[in-house]
Amino acid sequence: MSISLFLEQVLNGLQFGVMLFLMSAGLTLVFGVMGLINLAHGSLYMIGAFSAAAIASWTGSFWLGLVASLTAAAIAGVIVEIVIIRRLYRRDHLDQVLATFALILLFSEAMRWIFGAFPLYLDVPDILSGTLNLPLGIEYSKYRMMIIVVGILIAIGLFALISKTRLGVRIRAGESDREMIAALGVDISRLYTLVFALGAALAGLAGAMVGAIQSVEVGMGEPVLILAFVVIVIGGIGSIKGALIGAILVGLTDTLGRFLLPSFFKIFLNPSSATDIGSALASMMIYILMAAVLIWKPSGLFGNNAK
Amino acid sequence: MIKEHYLNITFVVLLLCVPFFGLILDEPYYITLATKVVILAIAGAGLNLVLGYGGFVSFGHAAFFGIGGYVSGILASHALNYYPIIEWPFIIEGTTQMLIILPLAMLASGGFALLIGMLCLRTSGVYFIMITLAFAQMVYYFAISWPAYGGEDGLSVYLRNNFPGLNTMNGLSFFSICFVLLIIVLFFSSRIVNSNFGLALQSAKQNPERVAAVGIEPIKVQLIAFVISGAITGLAGALYTDLNRFVSPSVLSWHTSGEIMVFVILGGTARLFGPLVGAALFIILEQFLGGVTENWQFWLGFILIIVVLFAKGGIIGMIAKERYSG
Amino acid sequence: MLALSTVIALPAFADDHKAKVGMITTLSGGGSGLGIDVRDGFLLALKGNDNIEVVIEDDQRKPDIAVQLADKMIQSEKVDILTGIIWSNLAMAVVPAAVNQGKIYLSPNAGPSALAGAGCHENYFNVAWQNDNLHEAAGGYANSEGYKNSFIMAPNYPAGKDALTGYKRFYEGELAGEIYTKLGQKDYAAEIAQIRASGADSVFFFLPGGMGIGFMKQFAQSGIDLPVVGPAFSFDQGILQAVGAAAMGVKNTSQWSKDLTNDANVKFVADFQAEYGRLPSLYASQGYDTANLLASALDSAGINDQDAFRKALKKADFASTRGDFSFDTNNHPIQDIYVREVIKEGDVFTNKIVATGLKSRSNAYVDKCKM
Repeated sequence: MSISLFLEQVLNGLQFGVMLFLMSAGLTLVFGVMGLINLAHGSLYMIGAFSAAAIASWTGSFWLGLVASLTAAAIAGVIVEIVIIRRLYRRDHLDQVLATFALILLFSEAMRWIFGAFPLYLDVPDILSGTLNLPLGIEYSKYRMMIIVVGILIAIGLFALISKTRLGVRIRAGESDREMIAALGVDISRLYTLVFALGAALAGLAGAMVGAIQSVEVGMGEPVLILAFVVIVIGGIGSIKGALIGAILVGLTDTLGRFLLPSFFKIFLNPSSATDIGSALASMMIYILMAAVLIWKPSGLFGNNAK
Repeated sequence: MIKEHYLNITFVVLLLCVPFFGLILDEPYYITLATKVVILAIAGAGLNLVLGYGGFVSFGHAAFFGIGGYVSGILASHALNYYPIIEWPFIIEGTTQMLIILPLAMLASGGFALLIGMLCLRTSGVYFIMITLAFAQMVYYFAISWPAYGGEDGLSVYLRNNFPGLNTMNGLSFFSICFVLLIIVLFFSSRIVNSNFGLALQSAKQNPERVAAVGIEPIKVQLIAFVISGAITGLAGALYTDLNRFVSPSVLSWHTSGEIMVFVILGGTARLFGPLVGAALFIILEQFLGGVTENWQFWLGFILIIVVLFAKGGIIGMIAKERYSG
Repeated sequence: MLALSTVIALPAFADDHKAKVGMITTLSGGGSGLGIDVRDGFLLALKGNDNIEVVIEDDQRKPDIAVQLADKMIQSEKVDILTGIIWSNLAMAVVPAAVNQGKIYLSPNAGPSALAGAGCHENYFNVAWQNDNLHEAAGGYANSEGYKNSFIMAPNYPAGKDALTGYKRFYEGELAGEIYTKLGQKDYAAEIAQIRASGADSVFFFLPGGMGIGFMKQFAQSGIDLPVVGPAFSFDQGILQAVGAAAMGVKNTSQWSKDLTNDANVKFVADFQAEYGRLPSLYASQGYDTANLLASALDSAGINDQDAFRKALKKADFASTRGDFSFDTNNHPIQDIYVREVIKEGDVFTNKIVATGLKSRSNAYVDKCKM
């Protein structure tokens, strides 16, 4: 196994992690600030991907598609927040789970109703297709590199938002003590809608960017949703830093696990069994990681008390 | 507003009407549906113990459902193929006797609950939700990758398991067995909830420090509840394999965990008959809407949202008066 | 009493050439495209046929729902024949019980090896293929093209393992790598990096549905310039549009292609386009052939004498979209498996036949079937 292969896998893990971060950032904010479990976050990812595919087909421009994904997901987020989510803040987690689970059914079927049963076409723009030649002999896809760059930029942007702006102050205050900031005159409803829409937009963007290299189909958000929950739990609810570190950890563990584990077992088992056990273990790896983190730190790496 | 006690009796009567009508109208399918509702109600009853009364949300109950299901499937398939499970150090053969399979299924799922409960109960809130999910996912991926019992393809069991004196292939007989088990489980649940143990459990939900101050360790109480809950859901899983004469990793997916939660919440958490009502409603909606339109999942989601927003406390919470105690 | 029994007997006699079919297929959720295609092809063939009543239900790709629907079809709807299941795991749940209850099952898609070998049954007919067939043809094609060092990949579940076994059955070269991926996995960056580093001269993969779309797009992006071979499942008409240019030039194996020139196929493709406004896929052709097989057997033998009906089915005396069609002893087809290449016709991506992978291929499980 060569250095360049290993490093390429590290980059892949990073890219996967960055995409998970986009999903998890919104989720952790919504949970941290509003105390709401949102199972429909994966549907917002899906809406972003479908909008991007639809607009990109219609206009021929991938970039317009990306813009569409941000707007459509944000608008969907705003509508859902105002109509449904708003009524759930005071309810307990169970009701939130049931309502947002129902939203998953609703959105998935709505997408199928509107766009049909076959997957949609979305491809990377020509300017980003092909590979880059990196040092140490690594050839890496330009598009994946873009995802990593965009993700890091957004992470920096979010950190700046949270720590340096007024909105960020309100968000952090809202995470610590909801009633207090309402008492201090902050318009809670608008704050919540804004946070929800921001999270939705990020999820939609993730969906669009990933949809271009994977597939755009109904139900695409659900596996990612589960992973996003794993990430925010590992990182700690409400912490953007935790979401970033958790996401990178999960991305690297999954990618490197899938790559190294079967090879490891091939050392002392025959190829068929090695693949069987290696792949099984690789699938379970992320969950083993999460369980281990929780046993060591029951509130996640950077979380404060569980809400 | 009706007293919950009378409401519960009404539900039981309504439930029994379904197979009855199935019998006189010669529609065996209704009996199958009623049996499915009963089995899912048992699964929900197990979850309700920790979710409703204990106040901790497990997103991993599919693991117990699936373990119970696979125990039943594995034992039965070995028996039907005349192939022992282990040959060394002593021969263990399969069996198709329900009276052996069901307790074993409960033992296996309860045992697993004990193992993971010791780890999971050290967390709380959404962390607990996620770690239970994690363990369920591990079991799911393990089952898919384990080739011996079909992996993703699942395991078929041609005949129903044997119960002394009854022909279990007969829909009504099998329904009766499941129904009796449901009543036993609900009776057992109500006795637990109203016992000192149950009081400690519910107090631990509201104020763990107080409970500790009285000298009871909340974690011990919660762990016992978790094990019992897992065992009951495992029982349901074993019956489900028997109903379908088939088990596959799909019963271990987080969708299943989610659906069981939906039944419990829909019917009304911490209500004894909540899981039954929730399961019945969900299945009825699924059947009825599915016959009307191809886009039935949209309407199902829509109806569920309306129920959550406007029927606080689930269906029973909406109709019944104060909680039934005693 | 005599009059009564005559009245009862008469309709039965008149109904001998009428039948009720229960179709259980996937019409919702991901993967529903396949079920919809099978259903559309099936119904197209039966257009105007008043002798066959079809009841259609959605299995949602869930084995337990499929089992319950089968129970419903048999007990409530009292169907004579069952069909429709797309996925092998659902087929394994439904078929053994159904055929053991005396119902005839015609599979328009799933062809698990268990039902071709030890689990074969006189009531079970597979009108599409046995799961390994398309992969075997890919292996055969790899040989004829001189590939010596293939990298092969499939998801880690029974159909995936069968795929690689099928490929290796006919492929005679070395393996640069053999990977089982996670079922449902969408990101193949790790695997593609391994392909790049392995020194392979060709790639074979089986990744149905969205998995294949993701892999092909990512592979095209990676700059690796190796020939790719796969079964039609990743390159069928429904999926191709989502993959787009990334699939151009890829070879895929199939028992059917829209450019087959026999009369039945020409009519099928034209009729399908006229009726549904889209090109048919191999799944649609399988549904169409299943319906025509059924209708032919019903016309010649009638449903009440099950033995005669089974014989009529086995004779397979109908105009198949694949040209000549016959069953082997384990009720699976003997047919040519072609190699197609992905091309673009105007705005639409589609396939055209470039070679024959395997001629008159049966399946590897005939000897295991004790029928």
